[in-house]
Amino acid sequence: MRLTGAQIICESLIKEGVEVMFGFPGGSLLPFYDTLPQYPQLRHILVRHEQGAAHAADGYARAAGRAGVCCATSGPGATNLVTGIANAYLDSSPVIALTGQVARPFIGKDAFQEIDITGITLPITKHNYVVMSAAEMANVLKEAFHIATTGRPGPVLIDVPRDVFVEEAEFHYPAKVDLPGYKPILRGHAAQIKKAARLINEAQRPVIISGRGVVISRAYEELRELAEKAQIPVITTLLGISSFPENHMLSLGMLGMHGMAHANMAVNEADLVIAVGMRFDDRATAKVSAFAPKARIIHVDIDPAEIGKNVRVDVPIVGDARDVLKDLNKEVITRARLDWISQMEAWRQCHPPRIVREGDDLIPQYVIHSICEVTEGNSIIVTGVGQHQMWSAQCFCYKKPNTLISSGGLGTMGFELPAAIGAKVGCPGETVWCVAGDGGFQMTIQELATVAQEKTAIKIAIINNGFLGMVRQWQELFYGRRYVATPLSGPDFVKIADAYGIPAMRVRTRLEVIPAIQKAMEHSGPFLIDFVVEPEENVYPMVPPGAALADLIEAPRTELVAPGSDRVSE
Amino acid sequence: MASEKHILVALVANKPGVLNRVASLFRRRGFNIESITVGHTEKEGISRMTIVVNGDSATVEQVRKQLDKVIDVIKVHDITQDSVVDRELALIKVKTTSANRSEIIQIVDIFRANIVDVASDSLIVEVTGDEEKLNSLFRLLGSFGIREIARTGRLAMTRGIPAS
Ligand SMILES: Cc1ncc(C[n+]2csc(CCOP(=O)(O)OP(=O)(O)O)c2C)c(N)n1
Ligand SMILES: [Mg+2]
Repeated sequence: MRLTGAQIICESLIKEGVEVMFGFPGGSLLPFYDTLPQYPQLRHILVRHEQGAAHAADGYARAAGRAGVCCATSGPGATNLVTGIANAYLDSSPVIALTGQVARPFIGKDAFQEIDITGITLPITKHNYVVMSAAEMANVLKEAFHIATTGRPGPVLIDVPRDVFVEEAEFHYPAKVDLPGYKPILRGHAAQIKKAARLINEAQRPVIISGRGVVISRAYEELRELAEKAQIPVITTLLGISSFPENHMLSLGMLGMHGMAHANMAVNEADLVIAVGMRFDDRATAKVSAFAPKARIIHVDIDPAEIGKNVRVDVPIVGDARDVLKDLNKEVITRARLDWISQMEAWRQCHPPRIVREGDDLIPQYVIHSICEVTEGNSIIVTGVGQHQMWSAQCFCYKKPNTLISSGGLGTMGFELPAAIGAKVGCPGETVWCVAGDGGFQMTIQELATVAQEKTAIKIAIINNGFLGMVRQWQELFYGRRYVATPLSGPDFVKIADAYGIPAMRVRTRLEVIPAIQKAMEHSGPFLIDFVVEPEENVYPMVPPGAALADLIEAPRTELVAPGSDRVSE
Repeated sequence: MASEKHILVALVANKPGVLNRVASLFRRRGFNIESITVGHTEKEGISRMTIVVNGDSATVEQVRKQLDKVIDVIKVHDITQDSVVDRELALIKVKTTSANRSEIIQIVDIFRANIVDVASDSLIVEVTGDEEKLNSLFRLLGSFGIREIARTGRLAMTRGIPAS
């Protein structure tokens, strides 16, 4: 079958099971867009800025567990994707970015809107391509999807010169790829697994640290089996949140700079750390030389380059989290670790998780806690970056797998709204709450138009503290309370939502919070709530920069009141 | 840990941009390349890179793993500990006068190097050898005055079983 380059792309996307892409047209993409009406099964969602397209594809990929696709035109369209691609790269998200390029005869001539996007994205993609003939197109797409979604997932960019879209070639979609340099290892080495099992069986005070790799490989059941069988408490990284039910007896919540006190203490006291699908990011480890000082470390990761990169490892296991845990569970013996578990319980009593200070003032923690209560934890939470992100991690009880979507590695403000759109498109049956900062929200606020046009039924909670809150917190604690360039004034988010045709309301007191969330949930379409919260609330606990996990600062104890227990025993 | 020279041999797909991918990785991760050479191999479509890097073994192990992650890199070996043959080629333009020409020719002979060009006031010497041999020749010829040096960087191959 002879097809044009653009048709080959569409046919290949369909072969890969793609149903939707997020994009923004332009000159070099015109022949591609002109082909789209021939393929009504490919839904195109028009964003309002290409960064939004990349974040939406990323949010889609994370929520739906398959590749997300975005496209942009040459030059500025392509460069606008860059932040979104970098974000997907650092959080191992399978995003396919398709960019238009100037026609082949113009390449290298600094033609209008020519930019070396493959050069620019070299260090932030898992791989990238310039497709110099329509004949290569099908093969490139096959490889791109394979690379993006297997092993440690990541973004792949495909740059297509304008005249290649219209060039004809024989279409034949390859059944398999031929990539001698790319062979991800899935099964862990048997001897290493035995070694790890021995350490686990001998350990007195083991902890599991579960990262995004567990979510990516959907190793929830295997992780739970290991934890329950060997009675090992489970701590997660930020992106590991929702890899293990937080209402489980063995759940200790998140570790790190704003982790739970008891999680950080457990790592500090542990004699064995079983790290699964996590990469020892400095926000998770704090001062790395003082990380888990009493522990031996087992590190399970699909990316061999992560092993030994940041911390010394006693037993490395390269493999897919799910395969490795499955094999490990066969070797691990059932054990009760009563002393260690009761120590954990004691710490938890002193530092109860998800506590919300009582009072009349509207604090952000209460908002997050209430979203959890009203939705009964049945919601995907998509956050921006900053204080509201940390409160979203701390105050919502994640019981269902893969329910937190957040920008971890890059920490990209403005991720929240477009990523929430992508998540909702990927999981239309799920409730999606976008928890936004008033600062970050304004970085991609134009995507409200996308929400309105596509009638994407997301619920938006703006945590409006009138500040670039996280930066303000650092200024308060480490820069003598000099609030330089962090106060934000306005805008009126309710009026803005109204202008886009999205129903919205403002909430200023605690009493209004739950009714407002209920109202948003009852409304069938998108809904925005502007929560005007305490401006100078801080995120605690906090490990100051440069300090060890054990040296965390806690919120003043007297203000803390534990709510009713939402813990189930297993 | 002690910093020392390591020789990495990478077999890579002969695709546009592969050298850029490798070089970009070194820059981005702050690894220092001492020399890099690229050329075809006995297999079509596969090139061989010989990369000499400075670093402690943990850093070089990280380099090796990061290189291995590049999709177009098929295989990477650190052959530093192996028994290897390693060679480099250099062209040296030496200043000469009629008075010292024969002395230079003698030195060149001892090193089993070749004179490949003769001008009225200079000679070009071609020499192949390991680093030590090249350095001693540079030192000796240095006293006559060196105008220019061009070096290829090191090539290395494990003795016996090939690094496949
Ligand atoms: C694109 C980008 N620019 C700057 C930063 C630095 N930064 C981190 S958190 C933060 C404040 C975020 O403010 P807001 O969105 O209002 O969230 P809050 O912390 O107030 O909850 C800033 C500026 C960033 N992470 N991303
Ligand atoms: Mg704010």
